[in-house]
Amino acid sequence: MNAQLKPREFPLPSSVKVIPGTERAQAAYPYHIQFSKHDDQKFWFYNSMHFPEPMSAFDMVTAEAAYCALGAANTRVHCLPTTLGIDHRIINGRVYIGGNAVTDPKEIARRTVEFQKRAFYYYENWEPLYAQWKQKMLKLIGDATALPDPVLPEFEPLEHVHAGRGIASNHDLLVTYQKTLEGYFRMWHHHFEFLLLGYGAYLTFFAFCKKAFPEITDQTIARMVAGMDAEIFRPDDELRRLARCAVELEVDAHFREGSSVDDILRSLRASGEPGRLWLEELKTSRDPWFNINVGDGFYHYHRSWNDDLSMPFSALPGYARSVRAGASLDRQVERLRDERAQLIADYRELLANDEERAAYDQMIGLAHRVFPYVEGHKFYCEHWYTNLFFNKIRSFGTLLAAHGFFVGAEDVFHLTHYELESAIIDLMNAWSSGSEPRGPAYWPPIVAERKAAIAEWARHETPPALGPIPDVIDDPAIVMLWGITRESLDNWLSAGASTDSNEVRGFAASSGVVEGIARIVKSVEELSRLQQGDILVCHVTNPTWTPIFQKIRAAVSDIGGSMSHAAIVAREYGLPAVVGTGNATSKIKDGQRIRVDGGRGIVTLLH
Amino acid sequence: MLAAKYISWFRDIGLEDRPKVGGKGGSLGELQRAGIDVPPGFVVRTEAFEGFIDALERRSPLRARVEGLAADDLQGMGSVSRELRARIEEAPLPADLQQEICDAYWRLGESGPRAPAPAVAVRSSATTEDSADASFAGLQDTYLWVARADAVVHKIRSCWASLYSLESLSYRRRQGIAESAVAMAVVVQTMVDARTAGVMFTRSPVSGDRSVITIEGAWGLGSALVGGEVTPDRWVVAKVTGEISVRVISDKAIHHAQSPAGGVEELPVEESLRREPCLSDEELLALRAVGRQVERHYGRPQDIEWAIDRRTQKILLLQSRPETVWSNKDNQAAVARAADPLSHVMSIFGGRR
Repeated sequence: MNAQLKPREFPLPSSVKVIPGTERAQAAYPYHIQFSKHDDQKFWFYNSMHFPEPMSAFDMVTAEAAYCALGAANTRVHCLPTTLGIDHRIINGRVYIGGNAVTDPKEIARRTVEFQKRAFYYYENWEPLYAQWKQKMLKLIGDATALPDPVLPEFEPLEHVHAGRGIASNHDLLVTYQKTLEGYFRMWHHHFEFLLLGYGAYLTFFAFCKKAFPEITDQTIARMVAGMDAEIFRPDDELRRLARCAVELEVDAHFREGSSVDDILRSLRASGEPGRLWLEELKTSRDPWFNINVGDGFYHYHRSWNDDLSMPFSALPGYARSVRAGASLDRQVERLRDERAQLIADYRELLANDEERAAYDQMIGLAHRVFPYVEGHKFYCEHWYTNLFFNKIRSFGTLLAAHGFFVGAEDVFHLTHYELESAIIDLMNAWSSGSEPRGPAYWPPIVAERKAAIAEWARHETPPALGPIPDVIDDPAIVMLWGITRESLDNWLSAGASTDSNEVRGFAASSGVVEGIARIVKSVEELSRLQQGDILVCHVTNPTWTPIFQKIRAAVSDIGGSMSHAAIVAREYGLPAVVGTGNATSKIKDGQRIRVDGGRGIVTLLH
Repeated sequence: MLAAKYISWFRDIGLEDRPKVGGKGGSLGELQRAGIDVPPGFVVRTEAFEGFIDALERRSPLRARVEGLAADDLQGMGSVSRELRARIEEAPLPADLQQEICDAYWRLGESGPRAPAPAVAVRSSATTEDSADASFAGLQDTYLWVARADAVVHKIRSCWASLYSLESLSYRRRQGIAESAVAMAVVVQTMVDARTAGVMFTRSPVSGDRSVITIEGAWGLGSALVGGEVTPDRWVVAKVTGEISVRVISDKAIHHAQSPAGGVEELPVEESLRREPCLSDEELLALRAVGRQVERHYGRPQDIEWAIDRRTQKILLLQSRPETVWSNKDNQAAVARAADPLSHVMSIFGGRR
């Protein structure tokens, strides 16, 4: 087989078939995100970065809300000159997206005028606008937190009646549900209010560095820009603080590897005053800093530390040991800041002349200005808010399950948000009429069918892209958010040729070469399998996993770029890391010996 | 001891002495002055050459013989070249010069009556080396693994004689260079028994990137690599961070080593070493540190020859020259200062221009 002779192409959307037996699950997605014949004209790629696994029917809301907000910001708010928004389609549970470029020079010129009036205003007033943004987000989070859990009492509470409330509890269900959904869509608008502009300023500096220093590595540029005190680092900081407290209160012996969270909490409660004091400290840390997902927050099953303490607790024994050994667990923010300043100064010195130095100063100034948002927004949006959102939906699942709609609360995530509203209204009607709801007879077989479909979809590879290959990709949103260029498409097309190699390649995220035992971690439950000195191989590297970096020797991920938080944390811990390999978790076997070369972005399978 | 008239030790000279010690000699002195390890040695200054030629001149005319040649008279040039080279290689040195060289030579070795004769490299160090005529500089010679004082003196005369090679003469006649302006210094330097040797550019020869150092190395003496007889290992090291971003390990079939008969011989590389990297990461980082130090000292990117001593494992620099290919392009800024700093973002948002 010779890839050179026969140029390969991506299949057309119309040629991708729904996997037999899953047609009804596919039909659950609304009409406007099903591929149509018309879509064959356009280039699409699989958004494996954000949606690496088949989406359940409800989780699709994240794609819907996010692209609604992203497109609005690009197309209508900031008026990006060369790009509008992004269309999305779902097939076999996989999210494909395609950008809408602006190519007419007249139109670009018209949009450029608008862009400069809008985006430049944001750049000039970044700090106050960002301060205002945080207030908006906290308000939104406050509102979502204040939403009541859905309940249907047998009789309306007497005080409601005496107060002349005039609306009954079944109506509250609809209000809470619609506000929950509205809040989620709103959150995504906030998410994209600054995001493209932030990435754009960063990429401007990035592109300059690549021009001035053609052989500079991505991670070096990232190190020049990365901040140290973004909110996303706080959860881990809190864990370190709790470990110190535990040692000071001499309760650290309660944290034993392999003990369950319940065992630990029980033995702390039984230990009297010191245990009680530590649990108080835990409480202050949990709100808000444990509102952090163990994934990117795009799937309902990415639960938070607050929902499952096993993740943060698994890190405590190691941290406590370090405290006992006299190590300072404070993140050396001062040192990191000095190192960053030195790096920036050293590269500045190497520039050819003062003109370049002046441009460098301008660009890095802007990059530093925007970066607190780029790093910090995730905690508020993808973690804290998303967590509240899915948990609220889960509480509807609990209610509906109690009324026989589902076998368990989690089944709620196999309904689309449109269907969920109809199920809620079914229950509202039944509660009011005194009849039995129809749902218990209707939903369980559908949920079972959809669960089976997701399992089936997960067994099939999906093409990385569909449709005609564009000559160039210069849509800044696509390049910025997904790192997709013409070169990466060519790599995808030739990927078939290297399947037998014993190498896995990705982004060089953090330098260093180590060998060790690979531990494939596919979910947070599996994190406890990590032994001291293992190499973490996971699908998505995630900032919430920071605490386990003390245990591992290197990290490898399927998804992520050199600016992903795990890459940043790996550099901070001095651990080699290769991210964005695409297929490390499927090519590497659990327990296999591998060599990670984080400086070159290569993982070698040793045997 | 009397002050030396004809020789200068590296530690006493610098770039400003180039008119009398030549480019190579001046550079080695300058490196040592900057605190960089170079193999110890001395320069036989141009005064020695001039004194020697003057002595020959007194016996029978020499410079006038060259100046009398027409630039296109290759046949005449050939016979004058043969004649003058023979005179230079055969005539005895003035006694005081001979004494100075021998004394200095023996001081390069270990002391003691049974100490072996030190092995040295004898290298011409042209005073014109820094001017544009690089091809002229290339005509001069280097002799490796020279041991015994009389052999050193002989090689010094060979260096001088190379100025009267057919190529040199024809170059000078075509350029109309006055014979009185012709002079040469000669470097005499302890030979490094190199485990590994190579070159280092303190910017990328491929992209001109000033933030990386490209290092090439091969087993044994550097002559195999410089002469293109072996494909070297190649690394790219980030100047600031020390990150090693490129490692290309070649099959290094041969290496150059000292020949028992004197000089250099080509030998096969042991099978187990052929595909092994000839430098460790620590050595790469140490070379990077030296490269940065030299570049900082000169204030511009450098093209450096280095060797690692087999016995001491120490890095020694044999030569450093300013990089010339990319430096001419540096005046143009990749991206210039903008009146409005925000306008830079249009490079990302504005589409292809």
